[in-house]
Amino acid sequence: MAAAPHPASRPSVRRLASDNPAAVLTLVFIGLFVATDIINRAQGDGAFLTLKQVSTTFLYAAVLGLMAAGQTLVMLTGGVDLSVATTATTGAFVISRFGTHGSAEAILIALAVGLGIGLVNGIGIALFRVNALIMTLGISTITLGLLTVQAQKQFTALVPNFVVTLGSARFLTYVPYDLLVWGPVAAVIILGLRYSGIGRMIYAVGDNPVASRLAGVRNWQVLLVVYALCGMLAAASGILLVGFNNAADLGIGSPFLLPSVAAVVIGGTSIFGGLGGYAGTILGALILTVLDSLLTILNASQALRQIIYGLIVLALAAIYARATAGGD
Amino acid sequence: MATELLLEAHGLAKSYGPVVALRSADLLVQPGEVHALLGANGAGKSTLVRLLTGVISPDSGTVAVRGEQVRIGSPARAAAIGLSPVFQDPALVPDLTVAQNMRLTADDPERVHAELRALDLDLDFGELVRDVPLPLLRMIDLARALAREPELLLLDEITAALPSDLAERVFTVMTAVRERGGSVLFITHRLKEVIASCDQATILRDGGAVATIDPRERGEEAIVGYMLGPEAAAAAAIALEQEAGPERPAPPAEGASALEVRGLSVGLVREVSFALRPGEILGIAALEGQGQDELFAVLSGQRTPETGEIHVAGKPLRARHPYDAIRAGVVLVPADRLQALLPQRSVRENIASPRYNRPGRWGAINMRDEGRRVRGAIDSLQIDVRAGRQARRLSGGNQQKVTIGRWLASGFRTMLCFDPTRGIDVGTKRQIYALLRRLADEGGAIVFFSSELTEFPLVCDRVLTLYGGGITAELPGPAADEASLLRAMHGLVEETGEAA
Amino acid sequence: MSSTTVAGTATPPSTSRSVRILRRHGWTIGVFLLLIALVFYWRGQTTLKWGPFDVQSLAIDALPLCFAACGQAIVILSGGIDLSIGSMMALVNVVSARVMLHMSFRDAVLSSIVIVLGAALVGAAIGLTIVVTRVADIIVTLAMLFVLGGLALAVLEVPGGGAPTRYQNLVTLDTVLTHWLPSALVILFGAYTLMWLTVRRTRVGLALYAIGSNRNAAYLAGVNVPATRVLAYAYSGAFGALGGLALTAASGLGDPNAGGIYTLNSVAAVVLGGVSLLGGVGGLIGPICAAFVLTLVKTVLILRGVDQNYAQVIQGALIVLVVMIGGLVVRQKGKS
Repeated sequence: MAAAPHPASRPSVRRLASDNPAAVLTLVFIGLFVATDIINRAQGDGAFLTLKQVSTTFLYAAVLGLMAAGQTLVMLTGGVDLSVATTATTGAFVISRFGTHGSAEAILIALAVGLGIGLVNGIGIALFRVNALIMTLGISTITLGLLTVQAQKQFTALVPNFVVTLGSARFLTYVPYDLLVWGPVAAVIILGLRYSGIGRMIYAVGDNPVASRLAGVRNWQVLLVVYALCGMLAAASGILLVGFNNAADLGIGSPFLLPSVAAVVIGGTSIFGGLGGYAGTILGALILTVLDSLLTILNASQALRQIIYGLIVLALAAIYARATAGGD
Repeated sequence: MATELLLEAHGLAKSYGPVVALRSADLLVQPGEVHALLGANGAGKSTLVRLLTGVISPDSGTVAVRGEQVRIGSPARAAAIGLSPVFQDPALVPDLTVAQNMRLTADDPERVHAELRALDLDLDFGELVRDVPLPLLRMIDLARALAREPELLLLDEITAALPSDLAERVFTVMTAVRERGGSVLFITHRLKEVIASCDQATILRDGGAVATIDPRERGEEAIVGYMLGPEAAAAAAIALEQEAGPERPAPPAEGASALEVRGLSVGLVREVSFALRPGEILGIAALEGQGQDELFAVLSGQRTPETGEIHVAGKPLRARHPYDAIRAGVVLVPADRLQALLPQRSVRENIASPRYNRPGRWGAINMRDEGRRVRGAIDSLQIDVRAGRQARRLSGGNQQKVTIGRWLASGFRTMLCFDPTRGIDVGTKRQIYALLRRLADEGGAIVFFSSELTEFPLVCDRVLTLYGGGITAELPGPAADEASLLRAMHGLVEETGEAA
Repeated sequence: MSSTTVAGTATPPSTSRSVRILRRHGWTIGVFLLLIALVFYWRGQTTLKWGPFDVQSLAIDALPLCFAACGQAIVILSGGIDLSIGSMMALVNVVSARVMLHMSFRDAVLSSIVIVLGAALVGAAIGLTIVVTRVADIIVTLAMLFVLGGLALAVLEVPGGGAPTRYQNLVTLDTVLTHWLPSALVILFGAYTLMWLTVRRTRVGLALYAIGSNRNAAYLAGVNVPATRVLAYAYSGAFGALGGLALTAASGLGDPNAGGIYTLNSVAAVVLGGVSLLGGVGGLIGPICAAFVLTLVKTVLILRGVDQNYAQVIQGALIVLVVMIGGLVVRQKGKS
């Protein structure tokens, strides 16, 4: 468990980290990559630090990156969405169910279903003021139940070739196709958070809901949009995931739930909202993907991963709470 | 005097970050006396009580009880050494019954009940505290404090929430405690009560004790004088000259009101009516909790009124959300800057935030236009933006300017300023006075509440005083000196009127 | 609920005792009546002879959720929330199933006591983390949901283990005095009496309510707020452990994924049981009745031929609906 930084060094470390979070995270990413390389070599499995592995890391990270994109938006408003994993599973499932109708239709339906799930979350949280955790957890349970029922029915499961290519193939030898999805989405989110009205309002609602209300913002409108977007992005990540796996099963999304929260927290977005952004989350997703490779190389069980992710979230939250409490 | 002092506090000080709540206060209480603690809002009365009862710990200073130095670390400890408080906020948990509350504090419900009956009140202790009306809760708190047979009973503005018959009973109790040989420290805003029932009065000003006097001998005027301070009047005169000067153009008398309130009732506020014209600055002066909070909440669209109407530029406004008020041009600068600030966001984002409050404006931002408007607001307010990447790193004065700047950048008709100069330095205060005057000269209407009375003659064209939820007096701005304001704010208008 | 405004004199209209009981416990009584009504409906739906066996199986089904609801209720009463309770149950379930596999009955009971105490300590550690780090309850317990769940997987990756038959009989035995009193119920109310009734009326029990009702008033009244918060989480740990042990006894197995549904369902039972998510209001009887209601709803749905997974969906939708209504109530209260 990461202990709090040494008191004497804390100010400088904190300043370095807070003034230049992206640089620090990039260093962590590279460091982790090198460490994995060394361990892999030590085990006699050859080099890990290759162009091929870098490409694979980005290929893997896109799924987590998209899921964590929605999570970032939600967490910037001070909430959290625990239904992203089942929504991704739903997206994956819809693709395989409607694959016979052609990829365009399947993708549209998947995105629409994701949007719908997000809207339901948003209505509960924004209009009925249900605690975000409870609402999204409940919706997740319901979604999974419905999926289980649907999965038992007879249908021709097919993942369209287009989706498979998108989720698992590369062009120019090293560039994964899924970057064609992740890249533009990332650009829109990063720019949108900075240069659009809704972006500003997402930060405002998360930073101080009282102040944003007094500025005339109907906070529920912002929350509704954010949860709807989150649902759609989660479904998009499910589409890439089913393309990668070439088949949908009911557990396809669940291993990504805690990492989606962890990626956001690692990326420096405050769990209380109002501070952070998607660039950090991207690095968080890349770091977690390498960490996952490392844990695979070390033969770590799913249990250990879960414990490690949980402790990372806890430790970072504690450090963040300390930093803001000591700040003034 | 030969008798040993019951309570002796020296040099008590307490700061909250840069805000000094109590500079250095001395307080001496004799056994067997009723001692009043007086002072204007923010003079440090409540802080002193909280220090003496262990709710907070002092930064420095000493407390001795019967000559012995003590450290009061917690409310429980204070009770153990004979200091029994009745706080401004009830120390009764709303979701427990009265009897359960007594057991929670290890008080004997029977004895508390007996004390309550001695106050000529009765109550089923099986009632939930939530269901008991506030005045009665104050009396239960009092009965509990009495049941502990304290050497010193501290009453923090207990009479403020009491109807007169219950207040009478409190005075009877104070006398009884004195006769028993105990003492009472009595905090109140009602000067008449002090004259009627206190043996000594210590007056706080600016976080320090300025005098301890016999109130019966010296009278109300002397107390008001101490509360004001000797230099207050002179200082006010100088500042006045430095401002726009005495020749102030009278606001246009005709034309539609910028804001008109008719028969407004909400919470404590009862049937309040007033109007203000474009270009006018209307002051609202009041002691704490006289209805000003509710009034501003309604005007800014945070609460809906129970009865009454609000008209903005002739059109009725029924706001269900601050957005409705803002669209009508009525904007709020709240007292607590934390209510209006996005502390982790930049100055630019803070100032621009109201511009994007509706979905129609959620698209791409015209950064050039935004930059120009924000710079305009920053320039006209002279905001120091060197630490502008996060608004929380700005000084208090600059933060306050940012909260005003939001409305300069997005436009408004009527600005509601609730204590806009609280806790900021003199230089910035002057800038804000000048700014408000300039905004008014440009045709804006401003409603101005302040807890610093010296500001009213400097800033306002006209001042209304609010007491117990109603308007007690209307004074022209220049005539709203502290003495007349204080009297009107204490509900002393009738007497002076009769005398005149 | 409306607040009474009293003008002039300050003595409130004294309500009669029965009216007061009805007002204060009305919600709980309502949930109880709902449960009774459901039981009769259930009885009507059963084609075979409805008898003690059905009551017994309902009690066994509901027992783990009842314990989870008790633990969750105490934390929510004190103004917090414990999302880790499901994983705590899973962890205790697999640990107990592993250690008890070849144990004698006596050792199994003794180790149960040790496990409950240990779980209380873990709960206290979670509470301490919340108090010391000042991280929100919801974040700390969410992280612990995954940490404890991971530990459960580490102890037992796939369902396995076991418990002595006599130990299982503790819960599954259908005869205590009469056929109609399942032992599961006896155990539930034994634990309720021993762990809750004994403290409820003491200063400590009152302090739990006080910090949930109004932390400031509680502090002014001299309550040790941090210690009381830690205590609430210790309770949650202990009740979570009882829930986990109930799973072991009822199924004779340890399953690392058994706890999954209990986090959400316990919150739902607590809200349906009349405990305010704001804290300070409610008791444990309401949540226990609600736990029975939630269990019975699913039983009845399955009995009516609804697909088990659909039953899960309907139960989930019901839970979300309950919490939404709870949210509306909180909102109304906040306004008045």
